Amino acid sequence: MAAEQELTATSYIQHHLSFKAQSFGDGSFWTLYVDSLVTGAVLGIVATALMWWVVRGATSGVPNKRQAFVELLFGFIDDQVKGIFHGKRDFVAPTALTVFVWVLLMNAMDFLPVDIVAWILTHVFHQHEFRIVPTADVNTTFALSLSVWLLMIYFSIAVKGLRGFIHELFCAPFGGNPILWPFNFLFNLVEYVSKPLSHSLRLYGNMYAGEIIFLLLWLWAATSLSGAFFGAILGVGWSIFHILIVVLQAYIFMMLTIVYISMAHESH
Amino acid sequence: MNINLTLIAQAVSFALFILFTVKFVWPPLMKAIEERQKQIADGLAAGEEGKQQLEASGKRANEELGKARARAAEIIAHAEKRGLQMIEEAKSSAKAEGDRLIAGAKSEIQQEVSSAKEVLREQVAALVVGGAEKILQREVNAQTHAELLNQLKREL
Repeated sequence: MAAEQELTATSYIQHHLSFKAQSFGDGSFWTLYVDSLVTGAVLGIVATALMWWVVRGATSGVPNKRQAFVELLFGFIDDQVKGIFHGKRDFVAPTALTVFVWVLLMNAMDFLPVDIVAWILTHVFHQHEFRIVPTADVNTTFALSLSVWLLMIYFSIAVKGLRGFIHELFCAPFGGNPILWPFNFLFNLVEYVSKPLSHSLRLYGNMYAGEIIFLLLWLWAATSLSGAFFGAILGVGWSIFHILIVVLQAYIFMMLTIVYISMAHESH
Repeated sequence: MNINLTLIAQAVSFALFILFTVKFVWPPLMKAIEERQKQIADGLAAGEEGKQQLEASGKRANEELGKARARAAEIIAHAEKRGLQMIEEAKSSAKAEGDRLIAGAKSEIQQEVSSAKEVLREQVAALVVGGAEKILQREVNAQTHAELLNQLKREL
């Protein structure tokens, strides 16, 4: 935190909620939040590289503990996919794995104490504004949900063909009668819009709210000794509860990914 | 909360991570897991087979054992029978030998008795002749009285 700047509640919150933005052109769209991208990329690379490293030495004999852990994770994901998606899992299962692990790690960034991280970023990396929870950035969650949405449409067309896809847009769920076409289309439109919206905003809302509550607690901790005391206790409580939210949201995001992709495989 | 270039950047990284996982992370481990599952299944099948074989060979061993027992009992019974037979044979041959000996002894005794009788008869005849000579006070001519003497001898 810059020393010359006066510290108020508003500036504290604002400081922690501002992105490291890099502009690439005119208009607000051509801005890149470097912090979301870098944190997400680093976490994703670490996770996939770790799994790759373990998997490369995988043996079909007695696995070591490292391999057993990754196998547990794979088995868990594979079981979830198996329960929902009936078909070849060569693509869907690894996608679900990527979603789960990546979202889990990005969510877990919320556990890091913001002010200590901010101090390290300020004094070691000279970054004054840097948000370390990529999933509390609506761009990240929309990137994920829209990617899933595109996969959904891709699989829908790949499985049923373009004709089948369009047929389904107009003839499901109410029936193929031409009078019902507009209603069917409207219904499907709402469904296609609401899916990525709810998918991404659920995750974003949970993580953003979690972050804000942490910030409010640390703000309280900064006011007085008793504030620091109760702030710390409540912070522990919220952190413990947040473990549940972090894992649960990652799990929900993964499950919905599987559900949406498997729905795209079914024809009505 | 504003949508910007970050969305596309994150979507690109997401796509890369998915591709990497689909291509390099998921298949090797799944292959290893499936291989192990196959190994375990094979092992279980082999174990089951071994159990069945053990059962079968146990049954066969029991059969063999029963056969051997029956054969042994047969041999023992045979030997016992043969032993009894041998004892019977020995007994009968001993009895025959004994009978033969007894018969020999009897005939010898008979012979002795008859020879003793003969001797006795001679002596009695002599005594009688002697007694008669004394009574008659004269010599009995053995040749003249031979017929008489022989008749006497026969009567004794």
